[in-house]
Amino acid sequence: MSRITDWHIMGALALAGIAGPLLLPGLATQIAFLWLMVVFALTWDMLGGRMGYNSFGNIVFFGIGCYAAAVVQRDAGLPYFEGLALGLLVGAAAAVLAAIVFGAAMLGIRGHYFAIGTLGLGIAAGEIAAGWDYVGAGSGMALPLYPGELGSRELFFCYSLFALAALCFLVFRWLYGTRFGLALNAIRDDHDKADAMGLRTTPIKIFAWSLSAFFLALSGGLAANMIGFIDPRDVAFAGATFGVWMVLMAILGGKGTLWGPVLGAFVFHITQELFWTYLLGWQRVALGLLIVVIVVFFPQGIMGWWAARRARAVS
Amino acid sequence: MSALLEVRDVTRRFGGVVANKDVSLTVRQGEIAGLIGPNGSGKTTLFGCITGTHAVDGGDILFEGRSIAHLRPAPIARLGLLRTWQQTRVYGEMTCAENMAISAREAQGGLLSLLGSVPASTRTRAGDLLAFVGLHEKRADKAGSLSFGQQKLLEFAMALMNEPKLLLLDEPTAGINPTLINGLIDRLRRANAELGVTLLVIEHNMRVIMNLAHRITCLAHGEVLAEGSPDEVRADARVLDAYLGVA
Repeated sequence: MSRITDWHIMGALALAGIAGPLLLPGLATQIAFLWLMVVFALTWDMLGGRMGYNSFGNIVFFGIGCYAAAVVQRDAGLPYFEGLALGLLVGAAAAVLAAIVFGAAMLGIRGHYFAIGTLGLGIAAGEIAAGWDYVGAGSGMALPLYPGELGSRELFFCYSLFALAALCFLVFRWLYGTRFGLALNAIRDDHDKADAMGLRTTPIKIFAWSLSAFFLALSGGLAANMIGFIDPRDVAFAGATFGVWMVLMAILGGKGTLWGPVLGAFVFHITQELFWTYLLGWQRVALGLLIVVIVVFFPQGIMGWWAARRARAVS
Repeated sequence: MSALLEVRDVTRRFGGVVANKDVSLTVRQGEIAGLIGPNGSGKTTLFGCITGTHAVDGGDILFEGRSIAHLRPAPIARLGLLRTWQQTRVYGEMTCAENMAISAREAQGGLLSLLGSVPASTRTRAGDLLAFVGLHEKRADKAGSLSFGQQKLLEFAMALMNEPKLLLLDEPTAGINPTLINGLIDRLRRANAELGVTLLVIEHNMRVIMNLAHRITCLAHGEVLAEGSPDEVRADARVLDAYLGVA
């Protein structure tokens, strides 16, 4: 029997990503959100899983992407798609710049202190956006209307978010196979040792965060257009929902593994949708219980639990 | 032989405790130098000062004639001065082969140079050095799953992978199975003779250090107590007193 390789899984996912929205057009928006969750989990895992830096502030880069797209599309006077493209580029550039600045300031902090610092970052960004008239302050911003025909809007965002998730996965997969990936793991396992071996840890860490920021900002621009409206605290800088889910999905699937974040995003998103459908009114409670179950029963994530099971079966 | 490392009157304080007081020592190009002294005499602190973990409160440290006292650990490592730890430091969740690959000299390059897979030549060298310390069979195992002694050997191999000019070893034989100590001494000698790595070794095992080192410095209470060939240091009454207490 031939073994199932990464390529088989990637092929199956590509097929599902392309055919899914055509076969189930009613679910196109849910599928689009699924790919958004995949980007969330993958980008969080680059720092949290591979580099050992638990960031609770990655939502900032998503929010920057949301607002950059909204502002460019409002002010540039371009047709919809040109405006969206420019907005995504500006958002990505702004988020990378922010990651470099925050990274230079914060990536020297280790462990819990980094986690708490980044948590503050996310909250501060939401408060600033909510008080800034240029970006609509507390009433948020509306995105321009999608110009295509009825039904094509959902498909467009579903496929663009799928393409983004796929690109993010492939780029990260390649990176984790290079010496850069090993350097990230070395920083995670023993930062002092990595320094003492002469690794250039600061640029490595900043580059990793910038890459996360890049993909998150692109996802933010697309998501803002898909949702059609951005609220500073509930959409763009939604630390209590999106910001926490990023962490949960990566941990649920198995942080620091290739497929863990993808698997975690699938399990989490599907479970969440089922809660909304069948437990309406109790969905938040069910979600809270799910989080407890994840932390108690899958501390190493599904991939880690699976690897331990297989190791036991062998020995 | 010229001086590779010169420690000049280095003082290091932790609050009110003077861990190193006006310590001076020289390590010559190509030799194996020993550093001994009772527990708490400041040996490991001196290693920290030399490799940039501790800022010195006074004095200067020259490596190849250039002051490194103000440098951080990473730039010092890139100059070719490395250390190992008494309690061992390896990358626990990575395999031995990966530990070796990321310890290669080229991994110290800039970001762009890291964006490629590990070259075949590095992999071969990593395999050779793992075989040199007797860990070749463990190359696919996680470093964290190795025994303490094996981790010490891995850490030594990682240091050699980096092709240092000077390697500071903090108690290389502590925790190693006594039957393997002779093999380790032989490997330290070969690293020195065949790979051209100058060594400065902290060691509590007197039999090991007297056999291994060309010259020995003895610290006590943070100060240099004696210095000389193993025979001279062994014969020094003050060294015996420091270890055993004055009779």
